[in-house]
Formats: sequence, structure tokens, C-alpha cells
Amino acid sequence: MLAEKDKSALIIEDPTVEQTKLRRRAIVGQIILGALLIVFWELFSRIGWLDSYYWSSPSTIVRTGWTAIVHGNLLQDLAYTSGSTIIGFILGTAAGYLLGLTFWWSDLYSRIFEPYLIAFNAVPKLALAPVLVIMFGIGFDSKVVLAFLMTIIVAAIAAYSGVENVDKDLEKMLVSLGAKRHHVFMKVVVPTTIPWIVSILKINISLALAGTIVGEFISSRQGIGRMILYAGQVLDIDLVWVGVVVLSILSIVMYLGTVWLEHVLMKGRTPKS
Amino acid sequence: MSELKIVNCSKYYKKNGEPMCALEKADMHVESGRFISIIGPSGCGKSTLFNIVAGLIRPSQGTVLLDGNDITRESGHVGYMLQKDLLLPWRSILDNVIIGLEIRGVPKKEARKRALPMLRHYGLGGFEYDHPDALSGGMRQRAGLIRTLLYDKDVILLDEPFGALDAQTRMQMQNWLLKIWQDFKKTILFVTHDIDEAIYLSDEIYVFTHRPGKIKARIDVDLPRPRNAKTLMNDRFLELKRELLLMLREERIPE
Repeated sequence: MLAEKDKSALIIEDPTVEQTKLRRRAIVGQIILGALLIVFWELFSRIGWLDSYYWSSPSTIVRTGWTAIVHGNLLQDLAYTSGSTIIGFILGTAAGYLLGLTFWWSDLYSRIFEPYLIAFNAVPKLALAPVLVIMFGIGFDSKVVLAFLMTIIVAAIAAYSGVENVDKDLEKMLVSLGAKRHHVFMKVVVPTTIPWIVSILKINISLALAGTIVGEFISSRQGIGRMILYAGQVLDIDLVWVGVVVLSILSIVMYLGTVWLEHVLMKGRTPKS
Repeated sequence: MSELKIVNCSKYYKKNGEPMCALEKADMHVESGRFISIIGPSGCGKSTLFNIVAGLIRPSQGTVLLDGNDITRESGHVGYMLQKDLLLPWRSILDNVIIGLEIRGVPKKEARKRALPMLRHYGLGGFEYDHPDALSGGMRQRAGLIRTLLYDKDVILLDEPFGALDAQTRMQMQNWLLKIWQDFKKTILFVTHDIDEAIYLSDEIYVFTHRPGKIKARIDVDLPRPRNAKTLMNDRFLELKRELLLMLREERIPE
């Protein structure tokens, strides 16, 4: 009786249910994997399979970190490093984007500048760090400048690639509707290049962080980079690990920030394939 | 009122150092409110002619007059639509069709208000806030044409607008276009490859030769309007079709 009823029942498949199930299971799996890594790290350093002098251990890192927060300046250092990274990232990416967009306005100008853009991209900016620290001092400014230099060219090249991809027929269509160059720029060029600049945000935020940390390594009074350098010099390897863990967390948070930014900028359109 | 005169327009390019003629001495006189088709093999200078009339390129020789005013090398005097719909993928259909008004300085709100009833009346109701990739090819062409209409110029150039559509959609779009043409009393210049389409839609047909592009003949289409499926079976229709086929056969590229 019941079986017959089942046969006549309408079967409606709902793919979203399957998707949600999969997503939930994946999250649980991710948490378990992370927990296992930490547990084994702790276990192996306790039983001596990992040399705890070099590898420290999660519990020691947490304890050292707590001390650094309470008795040291870990939080101020964190604010210092993240501040110069984010400011450098924003300034560099925005300036690079604008620079790349200017290449749309004149073919002659873009042809003259293009090789220099590529050449400057090839310069290892980090190698300039000692000069920059001398130029801009050992304070906040030199770190911002380094983060800025790390990001500007990447953004400029991305925007330039976007500019080169502007559909000529779209330009033609707008001109036939009476558009002047500034109309074409605002209504076609800028929207066309947005996916290109969005696609390098994640790269640029990590480049900015690398620039800042190198700046702090060279010379600084504050920052996570300086803390790591100092800890290394006094052979306090547990504190080095604290720095690395804090930087990793910072990096992940900023990465999530760019994902959110991407989402805002790409509202209502499909990402560049 | 809008009388378009194309006077003795030619266009030469240099190709491998040799001057090449894309369009030779085109002379056309288009009266207000007429539906004119231009038909010819590919590479017959149809698009060159349109680019000249739209003011996007400069003719090597000749002038374009609109109501007696010289509009050579001046864009923005006529509406122009290409085979590609060229809708901006990041804008909704509504915001796409008002772009001409925006450029002219009409505030967005007001432009939207003007466009909405038109979208609904001409078969795009329900799609106003969708993005172009959600629409079929025919629907996108409709949006493209409404954009051109909203720009509100008396002369409209259509460069193979239905070339990429399947036969069924094409028929629908032809009738849709005729309805729009009757409602708005525009002058239409229409480029096509398709003989049936040219006869079905037009008052006059210009036949172009293969390189160099040159006007070969002008044919009056004296079929009664309104036209419908019966028109296609009309004896006069078939006669015109035979005439055009023979003319175009002469223009076939020798193999």
C-alpha cells in the first residue's frame, strides 16, 4: 500500500539542497583538518618527533603570543604593519589603475611609455628598500612607500591590459550616438577595465604586505616585521613563530577583505573569464 | 522631414602601397520616410558607405547632405545600428537603451521614464531590469534598435541587424521592424545579404557591385503595404526576386 503511494508521488529534485549539504560537509571537513594539523604539531613536538626548539608548538606560541600582547607591544605592532600595508595597497592600486587608464587617451603616449612600464615592473623593488628607508626615514612613511611601489605597476599593467581590450565597436556605437571621448571613457573604458583591476586585488594585497615587512626588516622601531627580526637575533624562536602566525592571520583577514571588495565592485556582472 | 543626399562619395585606401577603391562614386537620394535596402556581395562597400553617412570616417571625395546641410565627417546626425547588438553587458536593458539620451544630457531618471513605456510596447516588457546576457539574440537586437530609436534621429542606418538570427526569429523581427517604421515614420537605410528580406521590407533597393563597390542598379519595389506572409507569394515579389538574383549572380566572385 505504502509502496504504491510512493510510486504515484511527484518527485521534485532540488539541486540547492544537495549543494547546501555538500557545502556544510566541506566546512566540517575543513575544521577537522585544521584541528588535526594543530593537534599533531603539538603532539609531535611534545614526544620529540619535531624539535621544539626550531618548530615550537601551538601551545607555546599561544602562551608567548599572550605574553607579547599583555606585556609587549604585539597589538601596536600589528596595527602598525596592517596600517602601512593597507594604506600602501590602496594608494598604489588606485594610482596604478589611474595610470593604466591614461594609456587609453593617446596612442603615441601609450607607445612611448609602455616599454618603461614593463622595465619598471622587472626592477626588483624590494632591492631598493635600503635606499627608500634612507630617503623616507625609518618610520611609517618608508613602509607605505614600499607597499605603494610593490603594487602600483601591477595595477597599471592590469588596467592597461583592460584598456587594450576595450571593444572598438562599442566605441563606434557610442560615437554614432553623438558621444565625445569623455563619454566613451566613462561609459565604456572604465567599466570594461574594472574586472581587470579586480582580478589583481588579491595579488596586490599580499605584495603590499611583503613590501611592508621588508621595510620593517631593514629598519624600523615598530611592526611585526621588526618583532620577528628582533626575536631572531636574540634566538627567541617561539616569538618568531608568534610573528609568523600573526602575519598569516593578518594576511587571511586582508584576503577576505579583498574578496568582499571584489564582490562590491562586480555587483551585477559576471567575472572576467 | 529629412532628406538624405549622398553626393558622389568615394573612399580609397592604400593596401600594400596600391590604392584600393572601397566605394566608387556613390550617389543616392533618399526621400523622407522611405525604407531603402542596400544589397550586394560582401566587400561591396556597404559598410564603408554607412560609416561615411554616420560620420565615422571621411570620404576621399564627395559629401553627405541632410536636409541640405553638409554633415560629412560629423557623427551624431543619424542613428546607426550594427549587426552586433553592442549592448553594454554591465548595464540592464533599460539602462542600455537610454545611453543615447544620457550622452545628450537628459537626466537618468527622466530618460528611464521615457524609455519604459517604449520597452513594454515593443516586446521587451519584463526584461527591463535584466542584463543583456539573459536575453535571446532577437530580444537583444530589439533592445539595440530601441536604443537607436530613443536617440530620436530621423534617419536610421541598419547594417545587417538580423544577419545573425535564425530564420524564424528573423521573420518575426522583420514584421516588428515594419511596425516600428510605420509608428515612427523614420527614414531607414537597411543593409542585407538576403534578397527576400530586402524585397519584403523596402520601397527601393540599391544593388551594389563587388569591388570596387559601386551602385549597379536601383529598383523600385511596387508591392502594396501593409505586407504580410501573402506578399511572399505575390507574383510581383517573385518577379523582383528573379531580377535581383540574376543581377547578383553577375556579381559573384569568379571561382
